[in-house]
Order: sequence, then C-alpha cells, then structure tokens
Amino acid sequence: MRITQGCFSFLPDLTDEQISRQVQYCLENGWAVNIEFTDDPHPRNNFWEMWGLPMFDLRDAAGVMMELNQCRKVYGDRYIRLSAFDSSHGWESVRLSFIVNRPKEEPGFRLERHEVAGRNIRYTTKSYAADRPEGRRYG
Amino acid sequence: MDMDTADMTDTVNLREELEAVGIEEILTQLDRELIGLAPVKTRIREIASLLLIERIRKRLNLTSEVPTLHMSFTGNPGTGKTTVALRIASILHRLGFVRRGQVVSVTRDELVGQYIGHTAPKTKEVLKKAMGGVLFIDEAYYLHRPDNERDYGQEAIEILLQVMESQREDLVVILAGYGDRMDKFFASNPGFRSRIAHHIDFPDYSEPELLAIAELMLGDMNYKFSADAREAFIRYIALRKTQPLFSNARSIRNALDRMRLRQANRLVADLDRVLTADDIMSLEASDVLASRVFLKDRSTVRSAEQARDR
Ligand SMILES: Nc1ncnc2c1ncn2[C@@H]1O[C@H](COP(=O)(O)OP(=O)(O)OP(=O)(O)O)[C@@H](O)[C@H]1O
Ligand SMILES: [Mg+2]
Repeated sequence: MRITQGCFSFLPDLTDEQISRQVQYCLENGWAVNIEFTDDPHPRNNFWEMWGLPMFDLRDAAGVMMELNQCRKVYGDRYIRLSAFDSSHGWESVRLSFIVNRPKEEPGFRLERHEVAGRNIRYTTKSYAADRPEGRRYG
Repeated sequence: MDMDTADMTDTVNLREELEAVGIEEILTQLDRELIGLAPVKTRIREIASLLLIERIRKRLNLTSEVPTLHMSFTGNPGTGKTTVALRIASILHRLGFVRRGQVVSVTRDELVGQYIGHTAPKTKEVLKKAMGGVLFIDEAYYLHRPDNERDYGQEAIEILLQVMESQREDLVVILAGYGDRMDKFFASNPGFRSRIAHHIDFPDYSEPELLAIAELMLGDMNYKFSADAREAFIRYIALRKTQPLFSNARSIRNALDRMRLRQANRLVADLDRVLTADDIMSLEASDVLASRVFLKDRSTVRSAEQARDR
C-alpha cells in the first residue's frame, strides 16, 4: 500500500530534478531544509530520525541533493522525507514536508478492532513493517 | 557524440551577447577600482571571452561539456587575491557558469576537524554552503602537512578533489596562497594541479601603484593628502617596502588607518581652533612623518612584529 503523507504524495514520485526545484524554492524563502528517515511510517510517528543537522545558510539545492544522495546510499530501503523549517517570528514551524524515498515494497497497515465495555470498538492501525525488528522491516 | 549540430547559417552578434550578460560593466569596474594588476586583468578578460564563446557554443549545440573553471591565485599578501575572487564570482554568475554567485571564503580551520570523524562533516558543511557559487580556499597549502601523514587535512583534500571533479557544474573552487608554497603544494598534490584550469599570478605593486591605491582608498573615505603629506607618503612607501612583513595594499590600508588616528589626535589637541571641512579631510605631513618607519636609529626598533604594527 502506497503511503500518502506530506505534500505531493498523491502524485507519482518526484524526480530528482523536481525535488531539487522544490528545495530551491524552500531555500529562496530562507527555510532550513532537513532530511529525515524512518522504517516506521505510522502516521502518528513523529520521531523520524534526522540525517545530519538542519541545513541553514545554503544558497543552492545541490548541497541538499548531495546529502540526500548520501542518505539514500545508507537508508535507501526506508522512507526518507525532506522538511523545510521557517524560523521567522510567528511561523517557527515546518512549512513544507514531502517524501523523497520509499521502500520497494510497502506492506501497509492493518486495522485492529478492540471490543471494549458496552460492545464499543476501539480502532488501532498497525504497520505490518513494524512487526519485524528494527533494520529488517523492509527487504 | 550524437548531437544535432547547429544550422551553419545561424549568426551571432557578439556585441549583443556581451551586452546581454553585462560583464563589460564588471570588467570596466574592475579596471577602475583596482589599481595596477595588468596581467591579472588581462587574464580575467581572456577567461571572460572564453566563457562567452563557450556559452554561445553551448546554445548552438556545439558543445555539451561543462568547462573546468577551478582556479589558483598566487601572490604575496595584500595583492588583491580575495578582492579579485569576489569579482570573478560575479562574472561567472552573469555568464551563467555558477547559478547563485556567492563566495564562501575559508581556510584550513573551517575544513579540517580535530578528531577522527570530524573532518568529513566539516568539509561537507562548507561545500554545501558554497554550492551554486565559488569556494575560495585561502592559504590552501595548510591543508597538506607533509610531516604528518595521518593529518586530517588529507581527508578534506580527498573530498574536495572528488567534488571538484564530479560536481563541476555546481561549484567553482579557487585556491589561493603565496607563490612558492603553492608550487610545493601542487607538486605534492598532483590531483589539484590537474583539476585547475586557470593559474593566475598576482604581482607585487610598484611604488607608484601603492601611492595610487592609497589615494583611491583615501578618496573612498573622504580624506586626502596635503601636498606635503603626499611627498612624505611617497618616502613612507619606499621605506616600508624594504621592511619585514610588508603586505602590499593591506599595509597601505593599515598605514592610512594609523594616519587618520594621528590626524584626529592632532585636531583634538587644539580645541579652540575653528575647523573647516577641508581641515577635517586633510592628512598633513606630520601625520605621516610620525610613523616609526622613519626612525633613523634602527637598533632601537625591536622585533619584526612591532615593526609591522607601527
Ligand atoms: N589593486 C588594488 N587597488 C585598490 N585596492 C586594492 C588593490 N589590491 C588590494 N586592494 C585592497 O587591499 C586590501 C587587501 O587586499 P586582499 O584582501 O584582496 O589581498 P589578498 O591578496 O587576499 O591578501 P592575503 O593573501 O593576505 O589574504 C583590500 O582592502 C583591498 O581592497
Ligand atoms: Mg585574502
């Protein structure tokens, strides 16, 4: 099941050229670009790991693409996303975030139903990938 | 190579091309604002012409190669290397050979780390900031420490060499430093030598050029020499040039700063005097002659360090 999170995720995967144009847009707005990766794509997982530090003071997207390619070499079998942080007063938050790499096979989620008191149902989504230990979740 | 070559009847109007990119302005500004440096200016014009033609060839599909633009600037301290690097960046930017045109200026300290695993991230941090522009590495030979083969500088060198080769369209590297030491550095790092397309040598300034530089600097700051002060400064230059740690235009700038200080002291010493704008703008002979450079008795003038600061 193809995961849809962040911007552009209903579109076909962006090419590197398109990623680079988006990054340039972020840099020109003065946003710091971050690279994050995870093997647990649950939508409530806020704790993606960072690849290196946030990238401040870059002028050109080539710098970000260089890091992204290095991250793909190491974690190419996982989800990688870029996020752009706007530190200006009043915003101080992420302005744009999109997936730039995904595993070949995305096993998707199952929905678990718990019957609780009064025959009410509580729902939980679980990622199939996360059933396996860390580092062996994809491939 | 398989490319559809240009229609041979296509015509190119060079003047229009040149005007469209606006480098002529930069070149004339370079002529006007930088004194002397004739060989440097000629080389820059040559490079600019080459790149203009290269740009047209690319448009006509006569080439698809990215030209190597990495350069080395050699010359003594204060001969204008950093200043020229900034101009080159804007020329490259106008011609579209770098996308943004910023100059990131670094020395060994910004590239090389203190412990294992520290260097690569540091070097890459700098490279990322320089992408799309020019990376200017001052005193590049400090990257290489021949006496210590496990020096972390080597790691920075390898990363630089790789990026200089594989990301030629993303950034231009300029290595700068003093002539003889750069020669040694290139001799022991042939990788750099072969990746550099343009070697530019910055000559020392002649005495009249140093005077012209001084007057240019003063003019920019709205100061001027009185006739006597100018004479004194000509003597100052001749003496200062023979002393240790002379660094061309930078020594001139420093000397002017000290003369402005003396002038201010002189003016403030007489509080009852009524000053004209001309008085406030003028440096007098006494402001120049108070310099230690004029001290006859050398034996009392101490270490080279002090000599430089006076
Ligand atoms: N030809 C010139 N005309 C006018 N000003 C000059 C000229 N050359 C240098 N200067 C001035 O002299 C100062 C020193 O120049 P710059 O920093 O470019 O020298 P440098 O060669 O980089 O020196 P270093 O090797 O010590 O770093 C600057 O303030 C610059 O503006
Ligand atoms: Mg310099």
